[in-house]
Amino acid sequence: MRRPLDRPDYFAHIILILGVMLFAFPVWLVFAGSTQDPDAIMRGDLSLIPDLTNLSVYTRVLLHGTMGTEPVWHMLLISFGMAVAIATGKIFISVLSAYAVVFFRFPFRQTAFWLIFVTLMLPVEVRIIPTYAVMSGFALINTFTGLWVPLIASATATLLFRQVFTAIPDELLEAARIDGAGPLRFLRDIVLPVSGANIAALFVILFVYGWNQYLWPLLVSTDPSLDTIVIGIVKMIGQETQTDWSAVMATAVLALLPPVAVVVLMQRWFVAGLTEGEK
Amino acid sequence: MATLDIKGLRKSFGATEVLRQIDLSLIDGEMLVIVGASGCGKSTLLRLVAGLEQPTTGRIVIGGRDVTALDPSERDIAMVFQNYALYPHMSVFDNMAYGLRIRGLSRGEIARKVDEAAAMLGLDELLARKPRQLSGGQRQRVAMGRAIVRDPKLFLFDEPLSNLDAKLRVQMRAEIRKLQRRLGVTSLYVTHDQVEAMTLGDRLLILHEGRPAQLATPMEVFECPADTYVAGFVGSPTMNFLPGRLVQDGTAVLLDAGPLVPLLGRRIGGAVTLGIRPEHLTPGAQGLTLTVDLIEPLGSETLVHGRIAGITAESLAVKFAGAVPPLETLTVDVQSGHAHIFDAASGKRINSIG
Repeated sequence: MRRPLDRPDYFAHIILILGVMLFAFPVWLVFAGSTQDPDAIMRGDLSLIPDLTNLSVYTRVLLHGTMGTEPVWHMLLISFGMAVAIATGKIFISVLSAYAVVFFRFPFRQTAFWLIFVTLMLPVEVRIIPTYAVMSGFALINTFTGLWVPLIASATATLLFRQVFTAIPDELLEAARIDGAGPLRFLRDIVLPVSGANIAALFVILFVYGWNQYLWPLLVSTDPSLDTIVIGIVKMIGQETQTDWSAVMATAVLALLPPVAVVVLMQRWFVAGLTEGEK
Repeated sequence: MATLDIKGLRKSFGATEVLRQIDLSLIDGEMLVIVGASGCGKSTLLRLVAGLEQPTTGRIVIGGRDVTALDPSERDIAMVFQNYALYPHMSVFDNMAYGLRIRGLSRGEIARKVDEAAAMLGLDELLARKPRQLSGGQRQRVAMGRAIVRDPKLFLFDEPLSNLDAKLRVQMRAEIRKLQRRLGVTSLYVTHDQVEAMTLGDRLLILHEGRPAQLATPMEVFECPADTYVAGFVGSPTMNFLPGRLVQDGTAVLLDAGPLVPLLGRRIGGAVTLGIRPEHLTPGAQGLTLTVDLIEPLGSETLVHGRIAGITAESLAVKFAGAVPPLETLTVDVQSGHAHIFDAASGKRINSIG
C-alpha cells in the first residue's frame, strides 16, 4: 500500500531496521566467531569484527571436518540429498492423494481425506518407534533411503494441495474432458502447471523442513558416512573443553547456505505461491 | 455436421427431477436455442448432450450414432463455456491445439487448422498470448476457436455471452450466428436472454421446470405462445395478462375489469386469461381506463405503466411510438387481432376454431 504523501516513512524504516538487526545479529556473530582463535572464544572474548585472514578455517572444515567427523562437503551433500528427496517425495505423494480426493468420486472419499487430516495431529516423535521397526523390517537402517522414506508422507501438503485443486474451476476439467484428456493427462497438462507457484512455495518450505531434520537421522543411522550436517555439528561439539569452536561456527555458516540459496533462487515463485489467489 | 436426436431424456439428481421428458430432433446445420429462467434445466440438458452428465433415462443420438454411453471426447462435439474455461497457462495457440494434440494429429496439420480458425476469428496476432493478456471478447473468440478447430459434429454453447458487456454481446451474437451459418454445424445454444434466443435460433426450445413449454421458430413463439409462461417470457416489456370470461358463443371476452373485447374467430372455453402485448394496446374511447404510474421515454418509443382504474392489483404496460405528454389517466383499446387467449386454469393457449 502506498501512502498518498510521497515522503519516506522514517518510523516504519526504524522498525524494519531493528527487525533486520535482530534476525541478522546471531548470524553475524557466528560468522565473526568462525574466523577467530578458538581459545579467545572459550574465554568469552568474542570480537564482532571478523578476522578475514583466518578464512582458511572454511576450507579446512569443508575438506577435512574436525574432531574426527566426515568432511563438511560430504555432510552437506547428504543433507542436501535428504532434503531434496523429502521435499520431492512429499510433493509427489500429496499431489497424488489430493488429486484423488478432489477429482475422483470413490467410496469413502471423505473418510480417506479425514484419515489423512487426522495424522496432522501425530508428530514424528509419536510414531517414531513403529516407524523404526518398519524401517528395520525393510532392512533400511543405516541406508540413505532410510533417511528420507519415512518422512515423505505429509498431511499438511495434502491439505494445501486439496485447497489449491478445489479452486480450479470445474469448467477447466470439463473442457479437458471434451478435449479428450484422461486423468493422468489432465494432471500433467493442466493441474500441475496451474499449481506451479504453489508447488514451488511448498518445495521451499519442505526443503528447509528436510534440511533441519535431526531426530530421525540420529536414530536411523549410526554410520558416520550418512551423517547429515545437523548431526555433524552436534558431533563436533563433543566435549566442551576440547571443542574447536571456530570450526563449529564455520560449519554452521556453511550449513546455512544451501537453504538460503534455495529460498533466494525460488523466491519469485515462493511469494507468488503464498499470495496468489485468483488464477 | 450431423443431426441430433434426443429421445425420452430424463435426469434426476437424487429426488429432484431436473428434466422430465425431453424429445428433440435437430436437422443438419440447425441452431436450436434452449431458453428458460434459471433452474429450468437448460444447462443440464446441454451437459447431458455433452456427456458431462449421465441421463437417468433416454437416448442421445448424434448423426445416427447412439452416444448415450460414450465419453465427452468420443462424441465428436465441442463446447463453449460461459467463463470460457481457457487453460490459463497455455498460449492461445496451445489452447486451440490441445485437443488436436491429444487426438494425435501431426504438427503441420495442427498448425494449419489453428491458423485457419485464427484467421476466421481475427486472432492471428494473438496466438502467442496467454488468456490473462486478452480482453473478454478476445477470450470468447479463443473459446470459439477451440471449438472450431475440432471440426465437430455438434457445437454446444453454454451462455457464452453472459460475461461480456452489452455492446460486445450484440457484436459477438452476430458473429456467432454468421460463423455458425458459414460452418453449417448443428448447434445447441443455451441462454437466459430472450433477445439472444430470438435473434440466434432457427428454432427455440423454451423450458419450464424441466419440461418443454414450446418448441417452435422464434416468430411462432412470439406470435402464438403455447401458454402463459412462454407468453410472459418472450417479448419486452412482457405481455399484459387480463382475467375474463368467454362470452357471446366464444367470440368475445368479457374482462373482469369491465370492457367487452371482441375476438377474431370463435373459441371454446370458460374462464380465460387474455394476453395482449404492450404495443397492441391503442388509445381508444371505450376501453380500459388506466391510472398512470410511470412514463418511460425510450427515444423511439414510450412506455406507460399504469393500473386499471378501480382495480389496484392489475398493472398494465402500454407501448407508444414516439413521445407522450404527461398524463394522469389513459384509456386504451385491445387490438382484437393481437389478443391471445389462454385457459385460466391450465394457462394453455386456446386457438380459434374458424
